[in-house]
Amino acid sequence: MTDAIEKGIRAFTSTYVVLARENIDTDQIIPARFLTTTSRVGLGPHAFQDWRYHADGSPDPAFVLNRDEGRGARVLAAGDNFGCGSSREHAVWALAGAGFDAVISSSFADIFRGNALSNGLLPIQVDPGILVRLIAERTPGAQLRVDLEARTLTLPWGEAILFPVPPFARHCLLNGINEMEFLLGAAPALDAYEALHPSRIDTRASRGAA
Amino acid sequence: MTAPRTLFQKLWDGHIVRAETADTPALLYVDLHLVHEVTSAQAFQELRARGLPVRAPQRTIATMDHSTPTTPGGFSALPTLDDASRARKAQVDQLSVNCAEFGVPLLPLGDARQGIVHVIGPELGLTQPGMTVVCGDSHTSTHGAFGALAFGIGTSQVAHVLATQCLLQSKPKTLEVRVDGALRAGVSAKDVILAICARLGVGGATGHVIEYTGSVIRALSMEQRMTVCNMSIEAGARAGMVAPDDTTFAYLKGRTHAPLGAEWTEAVTAWRALSTDEGATFDSTITIDADTLPPMVTYGTNPGMGMAITDVVPDPERFTDRGERDSARRALEYMGLVPGRQLVGTAVDVVFLGSCTNSRISDLRDAASVMRGRHVAPGVRALVVPGSQQVKREAEAEGLHRVFTDAGAEWRESGCSMCIAMNGDSLRPGQLAVSTSNRNFEGRQGSGGRTLLASPLTAAAAAVTGVLTDPRTLMSVSV
Ligand code: SF4
Repeated sequence: MTDAIEKGIRAFTSTYVVLARENIDTDQIIPARFLTTTSRVGLGPHAFQDWRYHADGSPDPAFVLNRDEGRGARVLAAGDNFGCGSSREHAVWALAGAGFDAVISSSFADIFRGNALSNGLLPIQVDPGILVRLIAERTPGAQLRVDLEARTLTLPWGEAILFPVPPFARHCLLNGINEMEFLLGAAPALDAYEALHPSRIDTRASRGAA
Repeated sequence: MTAPRTLFQKLWDGHIVRAETADTPALLYVDLHLVHEVTSAQAFQELRARGLPVRAPQRTIATMDHSTPTTPGGFSALPTLDDASRARKAQVDQLSVNCAEFGVPLLPLGDARQGIVHVIGPELGLTQPGMTVVCGDSHTSTHGAFGALAFGIGTSQVAHVLATQCLLQSKPKTLEVRVDGALRAGVSAKDVILAICARLGVGGATGHVIEYTGSVIRALSMEQRMTVCNMSIEAGARAGMVAPDDTTFAYLKGRTHAPLGAEWTEAVTAWRALSTDEGATFDSTITIDADTLPPMVTYGTNPGMGMAITDVVPDPERFTDRGERDSARRALEYMGLVPGRQLVGTAVDVVFLGSCTNSRISDLRDAASVMRGRHVAPGVRALVVPGSQQVKREAEAEGLHRVFTDAGAEWRESGCSMCIAMNGDSLRPGQLAVSTSNRNFEGRQGSGGRTLLASPLTAAAAAVTGVLTDPRTLMSVSV
């Protein structure tokens, strides 16, 4: 898990951009043709590729990430059920690569939420009414403040709201704890479990090969 | 006496390495880890960087399916290697390197057992009732058809499972989807799940594990149950599952990795006990009446935007929810469809028969039953992509490939192909496809391509008529 201190997401203030569409799926966030990469980096320029660029590769000036207002924004506010579809973690890597540290929506798809937290991209779930206001009332330069420690989102109109974040993910992010290291630390419990539950299958055996 | 439990609860309880606490999620043990080329490279790299081995290679198996050519002979037979093919080949080669280095068994391109990861797991008898199954792929829900808890994970979690055979998991809720009645002729498992997705909506089951129950589910074959469970994720569910029964055991018996002899008898006894207990409760339940269910098709850009094939395209202005209205408007604009018009009769450019949803032998038999003695309509490209090499051999032994090629369809090697359009099999911008796959997202089958999801029967009917067609009109059954 990414270190929140290193990434500067313990608390930060930023402008935000809006994608007022529901059910933005991970195929839109990063189209499959970019998934042949074997690296976690380099996908940022292709985030929302087919919405962001014309077929000839030139940027669509109407798309928010190509406009001045999109520059430097670390927060994306998007419609309900963000990140549905494929499990590709590339979607999170692409968003992080495009400079985002948080996504605000009224709900997130399960796998996307987990992937995001593993990479220090905060999925901030807010009430639909708040999201509607954030989208409808956005003014140029309007800022949000995200405070992971306090679990608060301060809205452009001054109101601060609590957002839910799984306690373990928050603890890991704030303390620079890695999920992998945490799991490796559970080796004794794992050994005990495996001793009681031997594997019935062996994928390496080619008994009666098909 | 212990409280009555659902199938899900039994699977969950049986795999807890360490229970959930107020501060930490549960540690859940993984019985079978399926690996493919697209979502694993960065995970193996993490193990390498940390100097970690794969903890349980005997519970891990890899194949190549997403980026692979479906033309004969693999990469080496391609006439030219452009940049995109080189990247695909590099990814596939990387998987070979990783599997060799970490001792993970691999069924590579060219192997007689290669195929789409969710087709080969069951086919080889690796997917068994009572197991937890994961893969860096959202359609891992397919394996739930066996009464397994099976779900997709991200690449960071792929690394976790490779290194520790465990996952950090918070407990999902349960949703019972009961399908009662009996399916009419020309209506298939695909239509059932498209109807369920339409009812729940694309995010309707988020946070839940679905158990499919009812007389229709009981009557489905294993392949059909896999079709249903496969698309659980399209309603946002973490997983979908069906309690194992005699149908399950008959499918499994004698498969390469199925237990033998006394072990088999013992396993079946344990598997029978997995069914949801009388009196156990779900967090919620919905019911679908199959008696009146027609063939289904999607009209929009997510799998929840589905309708009866006999209906007219819905009018976005009739949706009361503003978000839904905007989504539908945008979807129809992308799809180039007109509200209030019949979808039947819409001209089709491409028909894709394949994917982990519908590329098994029974799906190919369905499609062949419609295409036999008919010809693919002029101007239509029809692609038939078997789910695995084993399915391909079986189909060829039955002569199904002849039915397809005689009709003018392309008969391909196994892989994901145009379901995800990573391997070069792709729609061109603006083309409209009727596809048996599971996603109709914008550009899913190729940039600018448009997808109508349907059953193999419906896809085959579109292939031979050149327009979206109710398959029952070609099958001498009453509509
Ligand atoms: S066939 Fe399609 S949905 Fe299935 S694993 Fe392949 S790409 Fe994913």
